Amino acid sequence: MLIIGEKISVIAKKVREAMNARDPKPIQELAEAQWKAGAHFIDVNIGPAEEKGEDLMKWMVESIQKVVKAPLCLDTTNASALEAGLQVYNSEWGRALINSTSNDPERFGMLELAAKHNAEIIALTIGKGGLPADAEERCAIAAEIMARAAEYGVPLEDIYLDPLILQVCTTQDQAMHSIKAVKMFQELNDPPMKTVVGLSNISNGVPKQMRSLIDRVYLTLLMYEGLTAAIANPLDKELMDAVKTTDVFLGNTLYAHSYLEM
Amino acid sequence: MSFVVPKESFNGKVLAVDFGKDEKALAVGGENCLPFLSFEGSIPNRPVIAYEVQDCAPDDWPDTVRNIYKDVSGDPVAWAKYCQDELKAGAIALRLVSTHPDRDDRSAEDAAGTIRDVLAAINVPLIILGSNHIEKDALVLVAAAEAGGGYNCVIGKAQEGNYKTIVAAALAHNHKLIAMSELDINLAKQLNILITQMGFDKEKLITDPMCSALGYGLEYTYSVMERIRLAGLAQNDATMQPPILGDVGMYVWKIKETVASDTDMPEWGALEERGITWEAVTATSLILAGANLLIMRHPRAIQTVNKTIDELV
Repeated sequence: MLIIGEKISVIAKKVREAMNARDPKPIQELAEAQWKAGAHFIDVNIGPAEEKGEDLMKWMVESIQKVVKAPLCLDTTNASALEAGLQVYNSEWGRALINSTSNDPERFGMLELAAKHNAEIIALTIGKGGLPADAEERCAIAAEIMARAAEYGVPLEDIYLDPLILQVCTTQDQAMHSIKAVKMFQELNDPPMKTVVGLSNISNGVPKQMRSLIDRVYLTLLMYEGLTAAIANPLDKELMDAVKTTDVFLGNTLYAHSYLEM
Repeated sequence: MSFVVPKESFNGKVLAVDFGKDEKALAVGGENCLPFLSFEGSIPNRPVIAYEVQDCAPDDWPDTVRNIYKDVSGDPVAWAKYCQDELKAGAIALRLVSTHPDRDDRSAEDAAGTIRDVLAAINVPLIILGSNHIEKDALVLVAAAEAGGGYNCVIGKAQEGNYKTIVAAALAHNHKLIAMSELDINLAKQLNILITQMGFDKEKLITDPMCSALGYGLEYTYSVMERIRLAGLAQNDATMQPPILGDVGMYVWKIKETVASDTDMPEWGALEERGITWEAVTATSLILAGANLLIMRHPRAIQTVNKTIDELV
């Protein structure tokens, strides 16, 4: 199970201020903390970054790669900022992951960037016409994205399909639709398609003290269906312990009494 | 359509561990594929066989193997030199049997003296083994590690009950270390974790999942070794990537198939051939399971296994 550390996000005030002030320290500290906590990728979410997005993404990539030897997940809707980040990206510790494309024509450019820069890419299974109703609709969208990826020359092994996780507190029935979609996505190709979720969406809007519990129980169910990766908070120790324990049950790691310490 | 050989590749890699010094130094491990499947990856080092030498006369060894060493086995220095010079041993494993409380209960200082004498006489790498007595080994191996300082030896075996002092000694005197657990892959992993949590570099570890002879549970040893290798390669489990030791000789040369005479067991065939074959077959099975380092006793069994390795690499 791969964890994409979500803490470096424009949504967080501390990160946003550091971005604006071009102060690398708080961002580097968050990157290091997540990496040490077991994150496999570090997400770099600069948001739409309409002003000087290119500069910002470049600076973020360079600042973070100075301190962690981990691949990054570049997260912005601004394609030229994304490309600027890819141009300075050091792939010594793994290829970059683009977050994200979808079935919206405005996002097809991201596939082009993935092909051009040999990056992996997350594909959200939504189109222009609103949210998908169920797992079957998510699969139909996934198939369209896969066909489009082939046109752009992106190998299917480089795509992580994202079923789009919705809030349990407002759309309770969607929780199971997304889990079912993770299972069905894998059947769209052989070898199975990779899958990813933005985990914390599930607990958006619920009281703060319940979020960690909801996240980790939901992630366990997703892992059981074969989820490849989750954008999540690696600093949530209970979440990480649940991941490690589930990996033991699934036979992905070998049990030893100290497995939680590894 | 032409046939394409299906190939499997792994993310993990067995750690390479070197021991000994100067031009006689050896390395084991380093492969990123299953044993001898070099078409799937690279195998930089072949399995190494060390000749077993003891610090006292091997009175409990059967004649087949005892007679080979009868002129030298009263003296560990002469015995080790014989293995190195006459038998062309690439490595020596000196077992400090006499320190066992049930044998001669010799002191740690005595053992240290033996180590110094042997090291002064040979130039091939030395593996230093205790007597497999938890408490006594903790004393003996600490003294032995100090005596062997600077020679980059392999010392062992550190077990759950005594690993702390032995790890500290290996760390202080810069030796490689054998971590032994009893035929249980989860305990093998746990011991490796505990040892590395003491600050011991996993790249200096050798795992001994405990050996057994053909007919006496070899399939358990085989299975544990195979699963360790797969965990290290396929799951990329860093705690399961040290090279594996098979301490073959001591398990083979005590079972009835290597001891019972021709007259007692005529249907089993000639005793000498039987014993040698038993050791060779046990050892060969384990290198196929993933063992990187073997400790053996009979020169002809060792030659046979080395020839098999020549043909497989």
